[in-house]
Amino acid sequence: MTLVLKGGLAQMLKGGVIMDVTNEEQAQIAEEAGACAVMALERVPSDIRKEGGVARMADPSLVKRIMDCVSIPVMAKVRIGHNAEARILEELGVDYIDESEVLTPADDRFHINKMAFSVPFVCGARNLGEALRRISEGAAMIRTKGEPGTGNVVEAVRHIRMVNEEIRMLCALPEDEVANFCKEHGIPLHLGIETRKEGRLPVVNFAAGGIATPADAALMMELGCDGVFVGSGIFKSSDPARQAKAIVQAVTYWQDSKKLLEISTGLGTAMHGIEISSIAPADRMQERGW
Amino acid sequence: MLTNLSFVPLKKQIDEIRNKSEQVRIGVLALQGAFSEHCLALYKAGAVPVEVRTAEDLRDVHGLCFPGGESTVMAKLLVQNGLTDRLAELIQNGMPVLATCAGLILLSREIIGYEDQPRLNCLDISVCRNAFGRQKESFAEETEVICPKLSMHEEDRHCLFPAVFIRAPQVAEAGNAVKVLARKGERILAVQQENITALSFHPELTENLLFHNWLYEKAKQYKKSGKC
Repeated sequence: MTLVLKGGLAQMLKGGVIMDVTNEEQAQIAEEAGACAVMALERVPSDIRKEGGVARMADPSLVKRIMDCVSIPVMAKVRIGHNAEARILEELGVDYIDESEVLTPADDRFHINKMAFSVPFVCGARNLGEALRRISEGAAMIRTKGEPGTGNVVEAVRHIRMVNEEIRMLCALPEDEVANFCKEHGIPLHLGIETRKEGRLPVVNFAAGGIATPADAALMMELGCDGVFVGSGIFKSSDPARQAKAIVQAVTYWQDSKKLLEISTGLGTAMHGIEISSIAPADRMQERGW
Repeated sequence: MLTNLSFVPLKKQIDEIRNKSEQVRIGVLALQGAFSEHCLALYKAGAVPVEVRTAEDLRDVHGLCFPGGESTVMAKLLVQNGLTDRLAELIQNGMPVLATCAGLILLSREIIGYEDQPRLNCLDISVCRNAFGRQKESFAEETEVICPKLSMHEEDRHCLFPAVFIRAPQVAEAGNAVKVLARKGERILAVQQENITALSFHPELTENLLFHNWLYEKAKQYKKSGKC
């Protein structure tokens, strides 16, 4: 399957919200609220964080039930480097695979060779080099990582700002310094050149990891993301259906302050958040992948 | 000499006003989906693209473009934000429209299996969502199309178009006033009904401007006719 088809689906998701769901009921709430796709998984990131242990691909029967009950695209997660999990989900026919740091990595050196698959992949990144390395492996969509399951948007902001800053640096360099910049940042040269020419990542980029409110979502759009993933933020809030609907609206109307005020008012309690410095560096999911 | 100096900025202003009056402005529905790709293609075709999120954004446009994306999301946002009636009215008054993929679904008379999904009911077709299946059934194929027409009296002109189908819909049934522009076997992939051209594929993902050029020319005509 060509990149135009793999990346094309991501282009169709732009300006939308992809929501984590753990059962059919949640999937229907998400679709009803206006999610442009759902991510099927067994536990949302905040529960994975709380419960610990090894987090793996969801049981295919769960993913299948969710595929059968909604008409929007369905994504599912595999562990970093876990080729076999990816082959299973490809066989099942999910629309996108997320090679995700939210699950426990299966390989401490190599990511999946995503070129070898016909199903498209989305991968996390904290900076330009990481994003372009994933794209060189075949990722057709990127999400800035943030810190999943925290309800704290600061890391998501840090990562998109880092990507933007490095793209601006790359674009401002004289041509003869480009190769060295790419070497220092671990950027495959041809993708560095392409990014410099376009002035943006060569694939669609969503925000993820800590978005909990419509205002968070609007902030990420303002920083140049193409859309947002919301993990724990919806089903850990006091009124998931309303929160979900409000976040969808905020991604469309992020430029309109008057609308944002209306959207953000009276939503009940957002998910309980975690201060990043209270998480030991070894427990930070964003450190997984390289 | 003084008059010469002041003449330069004045000329600039006149040029700007003249340019503006010649602009063909095309509203691109920007609720969700691949609207920026359409904006770029329309810009290349010579139009001024305008992102449409509210009814106010529809003031002073001469054509409309409905992008691909998730039709369920766009339909909800259309209703929640009070755009449905105004859009339907503009289209029924003859404003030129290009709709792709989810856009085709939004314009249809009937969505098979999803009868409750809101739609504009401007185009006399019934559609099947995801008619080819999920993403693994997405494909790209050179497809023979009849070029969209500025007037329905024109002769048919055929050409090959690099069509990209992503979880694509198909037209199940087309009314008498609807001209079929492309098929794959029994499946109807593209149609035109007077001012509306609707496609189940994505010209905005290719470099081919056939359909965007049509919308630009049609909108230019419409603007000249003074109906908008």
